[in-house]
Amino acid sequence: MASRVVAIIPAGLVAALVAMPLAAVFLRAGGGASLAAGDWAALRFTVWQAFLSALLSCLLAIPAARALSRRRFPGRDSLVTILGAPFILPVIVAILGLLAVFGREGMISQGLHLLGLPRLQIYGLQGILLAHVFFNLPLAIRLLLQGWSDIPAERFRLAAQLGLPAPTMFRVIEWPMLRKTLPGAFLVIFTICLSSFAVALTLGGGPKATTVELAIYQAFRFDFDLGKAATLATVQLALVGTASLVLLRLVGPLTGDLGLGRVQHRWDGNSSLARILDVASITLVGLFLLLPILSVVLRGAAGLADLPASVWIAAGHSVGVALASTTLCIALAVPLASARHGQTVALLGFALSPLVLGTGLFLLLQPYTNPFEWALVVTFIVNALMALPFATRAIAPALEQAEADYGRTADMLGLTGWSRWRWLILPRIQQPLGFSAGLAAALSMGDLGVIILFADPERATLPLQMYRLMGAYQMEAAAGAALLLLGLSLGVFWLFDKGGRYGLEA
Amino acid sequence: MKAHLIAAGILTATTAVAQTETLTVYAPDYFTSEWGPGPTIEAAFEESCGCEMEFLPGDLLPRIMLEGQNTRADIVIGLNTDVTAKARSTGLFAPHGQDNGQLELPIEWTDDTFLPFDWAYVSFIYDATKIESPPASFEALRTMPVDQKAVIQDPRSSISGLALVLWVKAVYGDQAEAFWRDMAPRILTVTKGWSEAYGLFTDGEAPMVLSYNTSPAYHIAFEEDDTKRAAIFEEGHYGFFELVAKTSTTDNPNADKFMEFVLSDAFQSAIPMTNFSYPSAQGPSEWPEVFANLPAPDKAIFMGEDEAEAIRAEAIEEWRRALSQ
Amino acid sequence: MALKLEHLIVRQGAFQLIADFEVPTHSFTSVIGPSGAGKSTLFDAVSGFLKPAKGRVLWQGDDLTNRPPGDRPVAMLFQDNNLFPHLTIGQNIGLALSKRRRLSPAHQDHVERVLARVGLDGMTDRKMSQLSGGQISRAALARLLLQDRPLWLLDEPFSALGPALKSEMLTLVRDMATEKQATVLMITHDPTDAHAVAPLSVLVAEGQANGPFDTAELLNNPPPALSDYLG
Repeated sequence: MASRVVAIIPAGLVAALVAMPLAAVFLRAGGGASLAAGDWAALRFTVWQAFLSALLSCLLAIPAARALSRRRFPGRDSLVTILGAPFILPVIVAILGLLAVFGREGMISQGLHLLGLPRLQIYGLQGILLAHVFFNLPLAIRLLLQGWSDIPAERFRLAAQLGLPAPTMFRVIEWPMLRKTLPGAFLVIFTICLSSFAVALTLGGGPKATTVELAIYQAFRFDFDLGKAATLATVQLALVGTASLVLLRLVGPLTGDLGLGRVQHRWDGNSSLARILDVASITLVGLFLLLPILSVVLRGAAGLADLPASVWIAAGHSVGVALASTTLCIALAVPLASARHGQTVALLGFALSPLVLGTGLFLLLQPYTNPFEWALVVTFIVNALMALPFATRAIAPALEQAEADYGRTADMLGLTGWSRWRWLILPRIQQPLGFSAGLAAALSMGDLGVIILFADPERATLPLQMYRLMGAYQMEAAAGAALLLLGLSLGVFWLFDKGGRYGLEA
Repeated sequence: MKAHLIAAGILTATTAVAQTETLTVYAPDYFTSEWGPGPTIEAAFEESCGCEMEFLPGDLLPRIMLEGQNTRADIVIGLNTDVTAKARSTGLFAPHGQDNGQLELPIEWTDDTFLPFDWAYVSFIYDATKIESPPASFEALRTMPVDQKAVIQDPRSSISGLALVLWVKAVYGDQAEAFWRDMAPRILTVTKGWSEAYGLFTDGEAPMVLSYNTSPAYHIAFEEDDTKRAAIFEEGHYGFFELVAKTSTTDNPNADKFMEFVLSDAFQSAIPMTNFSYPSAQGPSEWPEVFANLPAPDKAIFMGEDEAEAIRAEAIEEWRRALSQ
Repeated sequence: MALKLEHLIVRQGAFQLIADFEVPTHSFTSVIGPSGAGKSTLFDAVSGFLKPAKGRVLWQGDDLTNRPPGDRPVAMLFQDNNLFPHLTIGQNIGLALSKRRRLSPAHQDHVERVLARVGLDGMTDRKMSQLSGGQISRAALARLLLQDRPLWLLDEPFSALGPALKSEMLTLVRDMATEKQATVLMITHDPTDAHAVAPLSVLVAEGQANGPFDTAELLNNPPPALSDYLG
């Protein structure tokens, strides 16, 4: 009950951080603007690509998660861990990797060319889908894997005893789980893909593939049409907000523990066809997710040795921003996760366009100070808001569980306020806390959003510096910076996630 | 006695600080990076004027417009002719006070607010190892083999992308949309800005990219690679002029000094090998050899800012429609 | 006159329980009745987890009705989850004395003495995952002792233990309660338990809590509601 009161402060803060910048942009623009044909096309395209991205991610995740849930092999846990990497990969890095594999001159096209076949054509809707599936398939796999390992082992034992054939077994045991798990996985990925910006930039192939976020950027860039930017941002806010509310209402909180999923001992799947299918889906998904990352490593290795000093300084800024962003995100997420409508509030920051958020903050800061000196502060605040829904969603179930299991014991002992947090809640939510912190840090590390508006030579972050290298014909150094960024993003995630598990095995 | 000296020292120190209030120059990212002209120019200007200056990189026009009268900029460098109408309408820019007669451009320059500091021709750059017979005209470009794809930039977010759309409009007029429909299958992808497009080109993703006829100079000078070449079109090339202007809000006395400095040799000579473009106030005889040898079109196409502003929305919409088919 | 439930009405959804009885101090009273009759609801009202719709809860004449659970003279043992699995025995038990990060040497000493008293000497630093079911019950009892409250509510605390271990624990509880002069209410579904340790019994059935009765008498001549349940 006390935590409900505590939650009002962060909830108000998040609401203010979203409403005030948006209002500032509207005020400055002197009102909204009507949307042109191109804007409606962008809106339709945004929804359509998000729908397809989510659908594909879920469909592909089914065979992969099923295979991972029933096959035991050396290195399985490490594989599951590494397969999660694309989700936290900086977009700007991932696109380099995807092009190296799927591009016109990528590995696959080269192979096709040698065989006399036409090259892959990835630019266009297919390119956007490819990138979105690459980013979100890991999430879908983890969610489904969790679903599979939550199926009580007795059911498989019973099915084996009854000698159920494979299709019946799927229908009776696995399909009901999928029907429960898939809508959640679909909606969360759909929501993420709604606000895609950077992916659509390079892989979209043309104006057909304009997303709302890109349209907002364009409204700013030349037209300086703040009214239109704010209107588009409001439409996007409504869109993402509706999708998220549906997600919360219909599906309820997702499981926060995106664990490795224990291997189910099963008595089916011994036919050679089943084995081949499982091996094939694990191999294909593994290659799909890991080859792009590997190619970033290979390309970057050469440039890593002589990175300019400015890259290291930028890396330092990025680490600082990521840590500050993580701290703020967690500080907001924990009380919000304990409040009834906390998860809804947490979605606000995610649903508002970061460009509009950044511009609004600029307008708010400008009368009082030089906004450029606050570039890194604005960046970490915006990044914290972006990661907030993931963090609250991961923490909330553990928090509820802690209260449900031990709340009365704590009441009995008169554990209230801070001592309740310290003795009961924090230790019980340690793991999702570490996971969320890792996610927040990695997402912040790779973000090249709002900093573009506020760039300042002394305050560049690593993604921005990498972008600048590309703009200065320094492709080799940019590849090295990409590798550094990859290492840092995965590294901070690993550290926090590991920290969250510390002492739990004992 | 000693105390007096110290007091006097402090006094002179504070007045010295007041006199050398830092000159703030807004510039694009590429301009201020350690590989761009920024650092050289900053050092040279500070030495010649005996004052302090700093570059603040980022998006120029959006920032200026957001800040309005409160802008911290004394100077804005890196605008181009296609957006000057919007910039001028803000009333935030003051006359440059320089003699346009010093300029050596392929067109006559009459603007007294925005002063060109460098220029180049918008061009398609191709990889000679992949394209043996490059298109020599827009007509050849729109009928080139479909697998010879080009990367271009989005006219809604990139000034080079916008320049291309205006260039096509100037050449084709009412037929521009038909041209874009023919081009659609020959365009690999459209990027947000120049960097992404050029990155795709140097990575080998595309054999052709929209850039400037001066871009090959980088590869020749720093990589000894002469396989990146500009395709010269007989219809003429759109001239791309990068501009500098003084804000009307500045009271920094060094702002005028900087405008003067832009046309000086120190500035002009720094441009070619750092910004890979022609200096605006030097003729071909003063250019580095690699620039003098670059292929260039016979004819410059240029659109005044009023004309550019008038047809911009229509030209972009035609482009969008044709490429959205 | 120790614990008095005065015209108490507790509602939980559609369910309603009326309780109107008192038990004397230093008594050991079992609470028996069919499952779902409201035994736990009764405890929730006494311990403060549920606010009664009507009536009062009095302890030695003090009105407890509006006090939060941690602020009542009540110590409670639940069926499970009495101890935090992420803490050591010592930390778990020590919470009854102090909420600080480190216990003072005097407190530390106290914890160790009580642990020895319940047969867990030298186990202060064990994690909960290293304990057997019987040891966990002993640890929970140790904390009950350290909480030093006069009224103990035990909600089937040893139902997970085997018969021998359970009767050993019940004896230990009774001895400790006598030593501490505590007043004990214990929910049980096993008449043998009631026979063994509780001279008095409260019957919870058909939406009413009545008593206390003499346990032997009640079990020998059970009213219909109880006899159905006892079978």
